[in-house]
Amino acid sequence: MTHMKKRTKTLIGLTLFTSLALAGCSSAQDAAAPATDKKDSAAQTQAQAVDLKQPIADYRTYVIEQADALIASTTQFVNAVKSGNIEEAKKLYAPTRQYYERIEPIAEAFDNLDPDVDARENDVDASEWKGFHKIEKALWEANTTKGEEQTADELLSNVQLLRAKVETADIEPALFVTGPVELLNEVSATKVTGEEERYSHTDLYDFAANVEGADKIFTLLQSTLKAHDAQLTDTIASRFADLNNALSKYKKDSGYVSYTELSKEQTKELSQAVDALAEPLSQMGTVLGANK
Amino acid sequence: METKNDFQKEPQNNSQTEPKLSRRQLLKMAGVGGAGLLLGGAGVGSLFATGAVGAASSTATAQPAADILPFYGKYQQGIVTPQQDFFHFAAFDIIAKKRSDVRALFEKWTDAAARITQGQPVGDESNNQHLPPTDTGEAIGLTASKLTITFGVGPTLFTKDGADRFGLASKRPAPLADLPAFSADELQAEWCGGDIGVQVCANDPQVAFHAIRNLARIARGSAVIRWSQAGFQRTERAAAKPGTARNLMGFKDGTGNPDVNDDAAMNDVVWVQPSEGPAWMTNGSYMIVRRIRMRIEEWDRSTLQDQEATFGRARISGAPLGGTDEFEKLDLDKKDASGKPLIPVDSHVALAHGDGKVRILRRSYSYTNGIDAKTGQLDTGLFFVCFNRDPRKQFVPMQQRLAKNDRLNEYIVHVGSAVFACLPGASAGGFLGQELF
Repeated sequence: MTHMKKRTKTLIGLTLFTSLALAGCSSAQDAAAPATDKKDSAAQTQAQAVDLKQPIADYRTYVIEQADALIASTTQFVNAVKSGNIEEAKKLYAPTRQYYERIEPIAEAFDNLDPDVDARENDVDASEWKGFHKIEKALWEANTTKGEEQTADELLSNVQLLRAKVETADIEPALFVTGPVELLNEVSATKVTGEEERYSHTDLYDFAANVEGADKIFTLLQSTLKAHDAQLTDTIASRFADLNNALSKYKKDSGYVSYTELSKEQTKELSQAVDALAEPLSQMGTVLGANK
Repeated sequence: METKNDFQKEPQNNSQTEPKLSRRQLLKMAGVGGAGLLLGGAGVGSLFATGAVGAASSTATAQPAADILPFYGKYQQGIVTPQQDFFHFAAFDIIAKKRSDVRALFEKWTDAAARITQGQPVGDESNNQHLPPTDTGEAIGLTASKLTITFGVGPTLFTKDGADRFGLASKRPAPLADLPAFSADELQAEWCGGDIGVQVCANDPQVAFHAIRNLARIARGSAVIRWSQAGFQRTERAAAKPGTARNLMGFKDGTGNPDVNDDAAMNDVVWVQPSEGPAWMTNGSYMIVRRIRMRIEEWDRSTLQDQEATFGRARISGAPLGGTDEFEKLDLDKKDASGKPLIPVDSHVALAHGDGKVRILRRSYSYTNGIDAKTGQLDTGLFFVCFNRDPRKQFVPMQQRLAKNDRLNEYIVHVGSAVFACLPGASAGGFLGQELF
């Protein structure tokens, strides 16, 4: 997960147009809103330069697929933990987390869900620490699953909660478009530094999953973006290829080598490939452009 | 921590005349009824436009003409320019694979440098709230501060690990040879080399940093910073009267420099002449940078007599030993009563001067970089920069003399080194390196 204090953006607007809103939620903010709800039909007819309904609908489908797979894989992982099968739990840990990392910005929108699932040891008060990384520490540092049974159960119920929530949440175009940069910022902040998986050193699994999640959004936006700026689209596509190339050197079996096997030079090269991609990606907002 | 309130941190209407609205309120006003149409720029154009235009126009700063140095011209700026107060150097490595990508980088860099040296933002801002700003912004409201940016290309641009990476190997100028190993060098890879060297100088450190940062941003995907070092000297404001700046050993540094206003001297010392070739380097110059760590803890416990004999000059006045004026002619034959040279033959000034026929244009700055983790001593010293027409005939023989015998070597160690061919100037509409790439 990200450093929580830094987090200001998410992909989705939970408070809007959900069943909650329809049911007449009346927070202080609602009360402060002008009562002229209907006046902006002009804004509606001006509409957006680009209609992103379809890409966003497709993205929701993707998020739901990932969330479904996350539940299935977490169930196996949790079973392994609870039955004391340490080797099996270790094997399932990183691949399971990839389903989460691909859609991480979505999960971050739901109040406590991200910290409950993905907090690292110093992200939250010790008494509140739970989720994947607590089990990671037990598995790799203490080499046990004892005492983690309740954490495992809670983890499963939290990913189930995530799955339930993504169904109805609205995904804002403006933040949908910046989602890929958010994902790459995750890589820059904690994965490329090896801080995310400090006990298992499976950071490259998370790294790859964040990049895949970013690539998914880009792919969904690609034809729209191409119509606005073909050169930018090509640049992004070729930088994705460069980064995937750089990452593929570290593939091993069906996963990735341990972060500890990377030399300083190799880490730097990966980090710079992320920066090289994230810079043009940050220009994707051009599809929402007032200047186009 | 993610909360619903974070939505209020999103771009808002900046206008003073309209009430501030939270994202949430905007959406309620818009009355949008379905997913997928929440905050399009065009959809709320009337609310955002005012702020966006205001933000774009406020980045232009009224510029005092004296603070602006011309960018385009026969020569690059930052070479014979009187030395500014602050310095930021960056060596870049090219990661692009094609020569056309390198060419495109220099086109973009030239355009950006031409703008920011005139105190303008690095590019035009769009009025699209969904894009990052074009300029990083820390120089908004600041003058150009005599900012200069000087670009050079290193030997590895032409040949790297034996490979002619961009089809440029045949264009490599003979004077752009790899520097020979000098005795007592303790070069560290992290302070050496680079495909491209960029020297930024300004009378304000933030203006200088802004330049390096934006050039690095523009280069992303084409080139990466290999190493960088900021530097400084006393500011004009702090100097009671104009004069030669002192290095961190407390001595005046640069007294013997040729006069940058003397065109004949500059043609002799600095500028590559048409007869020399290659054509793409005519009116260019070769830049050598050396990161020279000073063992200041040891220096500070050496006697005044030892310090002055080391430099060959008086500490306060800067005059050659035995003399009274900083700028008086260096007389290496002067002897004391016992027949010994007043200026020791192994003093820094005596060795640097040699027979006085070979000169370079020095443009060095001090640097400090935290502490050496191993010793706990300050990592500080001189970031030596010089320009010359042909390093093989100027810098190299001079440094060979110094490296072998200089008394100063007891107190300094060269840890970084690089050489670059600084391109000739560009004319408006053209770009730096146009004839090379």
